[in-house]
Parts: sequence; C-alpha cells; structure tokens
Amino acid sequence: MIDLIAFIPRAIGQSVPLLYGCTGEIITEKSGNLNLGIPGVMYVGAISGVIGAFAYEQATKGGNFIPALGIAIPLLCSLVGSLLMGLLYCFLTVTLRANQNVTGLAMTTFGVGFGNFFGGSLIKLSGSDVPTISLSKTSNCFSASLPFADNLGWFGKIFLSYGFLAYIAFILAIYAGFALKKTRIGLHLRAVGENPGTADAAGIDVSRYKYFATCIGCMVAGLGGLYYVMDYASGIWSNDAFGDRGWLAIALVIFCIWKPGIGILASILFGGLYIIYLYIPAGIDHMELKELYKMIPYVVTMIVLVITSMRNKRDNQPPASLGIPYFREER
Amino acid sequence: MSEYAIELKNITKRFGTIVANDNVSMGVRKGEILALLGENGSGKTTLMNMISGIYYPDEGHIFLDGQEVKIASPKDALALGIGMVHQHFKLVDVLTATENIILGLPGKLNICEAEEKIRTICDKFGFIIDLKKKVYEMTVSEKQTVEIVKVLYRGANILILDEPTAVLTPQEAERLFLVMWRMRNDGKAVIIITHKMHEVKEVSDRVVVLRKGRYVGEMDTGDCDVQRMTDMMVGRSVSLNITRKTPVDPKPRIEVEHLTIRDDEGVVKIDDISFTANSGEILGIAGVSGCGQKELLEAIAGLQKHVDGEVRYIEDDGSKTDLLKMSAQKISEKGIALSFVPEDRLGMGLVANMNIAENMMIRSFRNGPIVEEAVERNKAEALRKLRRDLNPFTDRKSPRKLAETVVKDLNVVTPSITTPVKNLSGGNVQKILVGREIASKPKVLLTAYAVRGLDINSSYQIYELINKQKEEGTAVVYVGEDLDVLLELSDRILVLCGGKVSGIIDGPGADKNQVGLMMMSVEGGKDEN
Repeated sequence: MIDLIAFIPRAIGQSVPLLYGCTGEIITEKSGNLNLGIPGVMYVGAISGVIGAFAYEQATKGGNFIPALGIAIPLLCSLVGSLLMGLLYCFLTVTLRANQNVTGLAMTTFGVGFGNFFGGSLIKLSGSDVPTISLSKTSNCFSASLPFADNLGWFGKIFLSYGFLAYIAFILAIYAGFALKKTRIGLHLRAVGENPGTADAAGIDVSRYKYFATCIGCMVAGLGGLYYVMDYASGIWSNDAFGDRGWLAIALVIFCIWKPGIGILASILFGGLYIIYLYIPAGIDHMELKELYKMIPYVVTMIVLVITSMRNKRDNQPPASLGIPYFREER
Repeated sequence: MSEYAIELKNITKRFGTIVANDNVSMGVRKGEILALLGENGSGKTTLMNMISGIYYPDEGHIFLDGQEVKIASPKDALALGIGMVHQHFKLVDVLTATENIILGLPGKLNICEAEEKIRTICDKFGFIIDLKKKVYEMTVSEKQTVEIVKVLYRGANILILDEPTAVLTPQEAERLFLVMWRMRNDGKAVIIITHKMHEVKEVSDRVVVLRKGRYVGEMDTGDCDVQRMTDMMVGRSVSLNITRKTPVDPKPRIEVEHLTIRDDEGVVKIDDISFTANSGEILGIAGVSGCGQKELLEAIAGLQKHVDGEVRYIEDDGSKTDLLKMSAQKISEKGIALSFVPEDRLGMGLVANMNIAENMMIRSFRNGPIVEEAVERNKAEALRKLRRDLNPFTDRKSPRKLAETVVKDLNVVTPSITTPVKNLSGGNVQKILVGREIASKPKVLLTAYAVRGLDINSSYQIYELINKQKEEGTAVVYVGEDLDVLLELSDRILVLCGGKVSGIIDGPGADKNQVGLMMMSVEGGKDEN
C-alpha cells in the first residue's frame, strides 16, 4: 500500500503553495475583491525570487555566499514582485473600478507570461544545457530543516522536515483566521467585503482596506510561488513547472468557506490528492491509470464545488459584495 | 453663539442636470425634534445625506454650534457627533448586533466591554435588543433599533432618522417615539424625515417643509394643522377624501378555501384561511407587518411553494380553475397581476439597471410585434397568440409607448424614459411598478404597499388608478399599511392576525379601533364583536 511516512511529508510540502495561495486569496476576497490573478501573482512571486537569488548567486560566484542574505534577497524580491501585482490589480479594480474577473484573468495570463519570459531569459544567461535554472545554494538555505530532525524517526520526518517557509504558511493561516475573527481590523475587513456602503457609512476607509487586503493577500500568495521553487522544487526553475496550483488555491478558498483554519486541512488534503498518483501502484502495464489518478484533485474540486454550493447557511456564503466594485455615490 | 445645534445655509446640490437641493437654509436646536416634511423627491434625504457626509454640497455652508464645519465623509460627521439612521439600513448581515454597533470604531476589539456599554445605552433610552443576534435573523424593527443604538454609541448629539416609521407597526412606531422623546429630553437634536402628517403632529416640536428641493417654510408643530402642512408640501390644496363608489354587480372572482402556506423552514405563515374576492370590488387586507399578507398574495400569484388548500379562479361564465396547480406564468396569462412593492422597492418587479421602457417590457417580452389593426379585428387574440409563438423578435414599441404614458399620467420625475430606474427616487420607482401592473388590464389586481413611501399627491393618483380598475370590473386585493386609507378605500376588509383571519368586515362604516383590535389578536377582535 501507500508508504505513509514517505507520502505525508510530500503531501504537506505540496500543500504549502496551495495554503499560501488560499490564505492570500481569502484575505483578498474578504475585502470584496475577487482576485482571479492569484495564479499569475504566484508565478511572479516565484520568478521574482528566482531573479533575486540568481543575481546574488552570480555576484558571489566563488566568493562569500552569506546564507542570511541568500534568504533575505529572494524573499524581498518575491514580496516586492507580488506587491506590485497587487497594486496593479487594486489600481485597476478599486481606483478605476474595472471588472474584477477580466482584470484577474488578464493578470494571470500576464503573470505566467512574465514568469516564463524571465525564466527563459535567465536560462539563456546561465547558459545551461537543460531548460532549467538551478539555484542550489539558495535552495539549501530555504529548505534547511532543524539539524536534529533526522534523528527523530517518523516524527521528525512528518513534522520537522520542512524549510521555514512551510511553517510560516501554517502560522500565517492560523493568524489570518484569528485576525479576521477577533481583531478590529478583521471585523472592518469583513464589513468591507460584505457591505462596503455600510462600512463606508461607519467611517471605514473602504478603498484603503481593499488596497491593503489585496496587496497583503498577493504578497502572501507570492510566497507560495517562492516556496515552490526554492524548497519544494529544490531551487530548480523550469518554465510552467508551477502548473495550475494557483487555480487550485482559488478553488480551495470556496472549499474552506473563507476560513483560513479550514484552509490548512483542505490544502493538505489537496496537496495529497495532487501527488497521490505517484504513490498508487499502477504497474508498468497500466500506465493509463496514472493519468486517471492525476485527475483526482480536479474531480474532487468539482465535487466539492457542487457540495459547497448547496450549503445554505448565511454565514457560509461568500462575502456579499464579492466581485462588485464600490462607488460611494451610486445607488 | 448660534441658537442652533446644526445649521445649514444656502445649500445647493446637483446630480447632473437635476437640482436636488436649491439654496436651502435650515437649522435644528438642542433638545428639539424637528420634522423634515416633503413630497417624494423633494430632496429631504439628499439634504440630510450632506449633513451625514454621504454627499458633499456643491454650494453653501454648514455650521455646528455656530462654527463652520466641512463634512467630507461619514467619518467626519460621526466625529462631529452627527449620526444618521438611513431608510435602507446600513448593517452588515452576517455580523451580530454588537459587531455592527462597534463597526468602524478604533481601538482594540473588546466585545464584552462594548456589550456592557451598549446595555447602558439601551437601559437609558429604553431599547430592547439581543446583542448576540445576527442581523440577517432580525426583524425590520430590530434592525432599526440596532441602527439607532449604533449612532448613540458613537456619542451622537444630532440624530437624523430617515422615514423611520415606514417599516414599523403602529406599536413599534409608538415605542420609537418614546425613545425619541427621551433623546430630546437628554438634550439631543433629533431630525425626523417623514411625510406622515399624524407623525409630524405627534412627535415633533417644529416642522420644516421642503418642496422640489427648495425650502418652503417652517412652523412650530403646535401652531399648524394638517391642511396647512399639506398645502405647503404640495403647493396646492389636495382633497383628503378618497372616493369610494358602490361596487357594481360584484361576482366572485377568486375563491380561497382552507389555504395554508408554509415558508421554506416549514413555519406556518397563513393558517387555514378562506375568503372570496369579488369582481368590481376592492378587498382590503389589514394586518401588522409580517402577519402573512405578502405570502397570501404570492400564493395567489403562484409564487409560493408550500401551499395547501384551494385557490379557485372563477371565469365570467362561472367555470372554475384551480390556481394552485398552475405555474406563475399561466396565472399571469389568466389576467392576474401582482404588484408588490417590497421594502427596498426594487427587489421584486423592477430591474435597477434597466431603463423605464425596458422595465415595462418585463411584462410583455413574450409578445411579438403586434399589428394594431389586426388586434382590433375579431381574431385578434388568436392572431396575437400565433405571432407570439412564431415571432422570434420582441415588441419594443408598445413598452416604450406604455412607459411614456405612465411617466406622463403618474407625473414620474425622470430625465427620460431611457433613464435606468435605479437613478430615480423611491416614489417614482414605485409609480412605474404600479403603473405597469395596472396597464396590463388585469382581471385580478393584487397589490401590496402600493403607496409605501409615496407622498400624498402620488398616493391619490394610485388610489384613483385602483378605483378605476374596480369600476372596470377588476377584482382588487389591496394590502396597505395606512389603516385610514384602507378603511376609506376598501369595500370589504379582511383582517389578518398571525396568519389567521380574525374577521371580514364591510368597508363603509368600519370602525378603526375595531379593526386595530382585530389586527392585534383574534380573541380580542371577537370579544369586541
């Protein structure tokens, strides 16, 4: 059967980008912005980190590679990259009140293209034989786990074998859940997403909340891309490798009914489904079965969407003004 | 030092080419209840929105305690101690009462402390609310209470209530007045926007009248009578009598027997009621809000799902058909028109983003273009049906014509018939809805709250329309809020209480107190009989 000790760490590693995307999108959607640009943002977050790491590795070639900078530079680049995407989205949808769906889809297309363009360029620059960039030094910093983790057997493997970004993902999700429910900023943010007119009348700066929530959401989502390249893929960038994880993250938001806490469990479930085909023995004779197994996360997504759309409790509905631009003097 | 808590001087506000407020000056004192009176679209709400920071005046000045202030946002208004309770509640459905009340305030979130403070306010002014209840579970009256407490919680000294009683039962309104008096005695300045005369007389100290965006005059409530206020408001004398002609040859049209309606949760809304609506007669339905009037009308129109009993439609020749087994579309083809004006006016019947002509089309879009001469011929009906079935195009001309007629006949204030209805004032929106339903020349006209929020003038136009329908032999079922109107307009009155019929009485000679008692309790009403 499935080797759980090998499977669970891979599933959790797989779940981290989804969780980042999901948490980021929940924060964004709570402000009433339906950011379908998340897949693009995650691409930009990833490639920005790669660019930073590539530059730093090139600069310290043969020289002194400082691990702290090796982490800080790509991290900062990634955050700035996804922040710019968030600002662009906000400028278009909040300030200019463009259609959120169209803007989001355009940004996804743009983000993926941006990633592949710079990815391709860097591959050329590095002059490598294969169409990939390998950033092993940076990756080593990102994926370093606690030194004693290896000595703790299965416990160490399942709980302590990840790079720091994985833990940050879980902490962020838990904190986001707490902040939304228990803090004043969270209360205001929920009000903005539910009923911006009311929030406005209550003296809440709707545009500011939308800007901040969307930009922070994008930065969080962008970290998902960074984690994927630097930790999960061991520092190897190849074009389109990130795949459709961004879309899964958006589906997860609906699945976890806009609660980041549930998002943790949901992302681990989907992370597992995403790679389960590698762990179900299919044999050499039936390679076609593997392709069927690869479909599992998407089939489950569809089933989940059907089930979640049937729930009728008012509290579990999407934010009421999701996708609708807010303009004060419009009735 | 000014005598006014807040004073407006020469305020003008324009929306495009429409001047909503034209050079208005007025003020309100501390410890005073000021009624702001005016017809629909007279600019009352717009004026108040400028005090509460929703709009910014194009011209003019606002003074607070004699100091000029700029109110650029609701936040500014709140900081200055100005709070407005809007006609459409500004509450977040999925949040609790407490969360809504403290929404927008700075500082660390501490629900317990906030609840403590809210309870103090409630005790002081006599509010009753369940702080843990979510807004979507609340009745309209509870929501309003939350709104008022919200404003007081922020320490508002100037309180603006926009048509607060429009959605309340008489008892709830009385309770609100009590609260308002307590606020006045506490030294707060209270402004109430209204167009109900008796409320002005009952609750206010002074009244300011607006007409077509202009200030017309003001007076102390003690010195004025209804006739004078009406004159100032409408600019000319309006007859206060509603005509009621004796029904000519009434015949049973709709027969309801043992009708029971449940909502989606299985709660009984209408409990085993029976009655008959006659042609050429107005059947008034009286009852406090939420006693099942809405469900009853919807059931007849085929819009309710969980219905038991029988609703029969009786043709001119006496043959009967069961409406409950028919789809809403079939029922409406039979000539049963439902014009229901919901609390938000736009929710049912009209599409906010579509213009007036297009909204007229919602009723007629299944009809193809009709050659008018053909309609006049004998086979008109057959021909029309044939055309409807064969023609892929919809008829755009007659809805336009209808839109023009409705706009003209009902004095709808609009730049043109191609204006989206969402840009019109509430009363005008309503006229369009009612006008369209009546124009379809129904056999049965079901109308609920047709004059909700309308000024006197437009209300009378609607009454006249309804009376005309009655004379033409339509069976009218009229659900209204104003008991006086109901008593003057209806030929018979069916009184509902908690989903049960507490009595059916003749309209002429009906006693208001008796009906009121019947509305409150079945037993009480019977005792009085």
